[in-house]
Amino acid sequence: MKKELKFKVNGQPYDIFVKPKTLLVEVLRDLIGLTGTKRGCNSSSCGACTVMLNGMSVKSCSVLALQANGAEVVTVEGLAKGNELSPLQKAFLDHGAFQCGFCTPGMLMSSTALLTENPKPTKLEIKEGIDGNICRCTGYNSIIRAVTAVVKGEYKEAK
Amino acid sequence: MIKDFEHFAPKTLKEALALLAKYGDDCKVICGGQSLLILMRQGLVSPKYMVDIKGLDELNYIKDGKDGLKIGATTTHRTIEKSAVIKRKYPVLAEMEKRLASIQTRNWGTIGGNVCHGDPAADPAPVFMVLDATLTVAGAKGSRSIPIDKFCLDYFEVALEPGELLTEIKLPVPPPHTGTVYTKFNIIESDLATASVAVSLTLGSGDGVCQDIRIALGAVAPTAIRAKKAEKVLKGKKITEALLAEAGEAAAKETEPISDIAASEEYRRELVRVLVPRMTREALARAKKA
Repeated sequence: MKKELKFKVNGQPYDIFVKPKTLLVEVLRDLIGLTGTKRGCNSSSCGACTVMLNGMSVKSCSVLALQANGAEVVTVEGLAKGNELSPLQKAFLDHGAFQCGFCTPGMLMSSTALLTENPKPTKLEIKEGIDGNICRCTGYNSIIRAVTAVVKGEYKEAK
Repeated sequence: MIKDFEHFAPKTLKEALALLAKYGDDCKVICGGQSLLILMRQGLVSPKYMVDIKGLDELNYIKDGKDGLKIGATTTHRTIEKSAVIKRKYPVLAEMEKRLASIQTRNWGTIGGNVCHGDPAADPAPVFMVLDATLTVAGAKGSRSIPIDKFCLDYFEVALEPGELLTEIKLPVPPPHTGTVYTKFNIIESDLATASVAVSLTLGSGDGVCQDIRIALGAVAPTAIRAKKAEKVLKGKKITEALLAEAGEAAAKETEPISDIAASEEYRRELVRVLVPRMTREALARAKKA
């Protein structure tokens, strides 16, 4: 039997009915159509499906969608303000913090969650902040450089 | 593929217990689901009914009092890790939580769920063993207390009767001059332990004698275990390098490890042989400062 799920995604309210077994990543991608969030390992290992749930990073492949009832979810699509990319998104572009791009939405969400919690992380804290996210292209250095550039204030928040 | 189930989200503990009593063995409790959903996806667990206690706020607390610390079962790993009182009074718990899994998993996963999952490689159980934790479980007939050593029964099996729910973890106030440490060996930092060791050591006042010691091991037996023979080697003595080596040897003999993708049986024993002396040395250093 389907159950009601009322929540907000990137500020937009949704009221949908889902099977209880539905995972948050399935609601986001398959029901709402926000395919920026990637389904990678589907077993909580790779972090490609990372989204923010009430301000915390979670792996949406391992959260029952119904547990997001009443919550505010932010996906990678919610980072930009209009056409203006977020500071982290700009920094990722400038620093070439991706090649294939599959991990990028998750990396962006984990780094966004990190900077929300701790705006001035050390290099070690940045590494810890993305340690739940796997990237097989960059060797992580360009990602760490991009986050560091934002921490140093080289990118401004869109108004 | 996860099979369909009926989902209940009780608002109170009483409601949750009533649902558990009604559906018994056909139902499974889910909290953060960070372990359970993986098993369900692999088809290893397919409950007909799920009682979802993630929203059970009455079990989401950290209370510090004269008789020790109480942690509600639905408290997340991240909340424990960041708790000021835990960092101050039970730093080993915050250190353990920080290495438990990735941040995302720690944000959603809960301490009660982890302990009830009964994974022998999980981090909390060995730490709770050396901190002398007692678990409170509630059922339709009331609640009872179980020491952590008696709670872990076998691989993924804990001492919960049908209809029972873990509600609280209680930690006594550590005695003075006590140092407690935990480490795990793993290849990927946020992964499960290949082997883990927790040590809590209490020094007698001023004489440098190891008055009491608890050593617990993870990932080297069907459950987390106390290394009681190793404890016996050190208890009541002044710690020396020779005794530490002997304790490491004794602890390694107490294990029954498996061989798997992470390590062979021999390698796990060797880890225990090395880590028990190392962590006891660290616990001793902490006890001297305490």
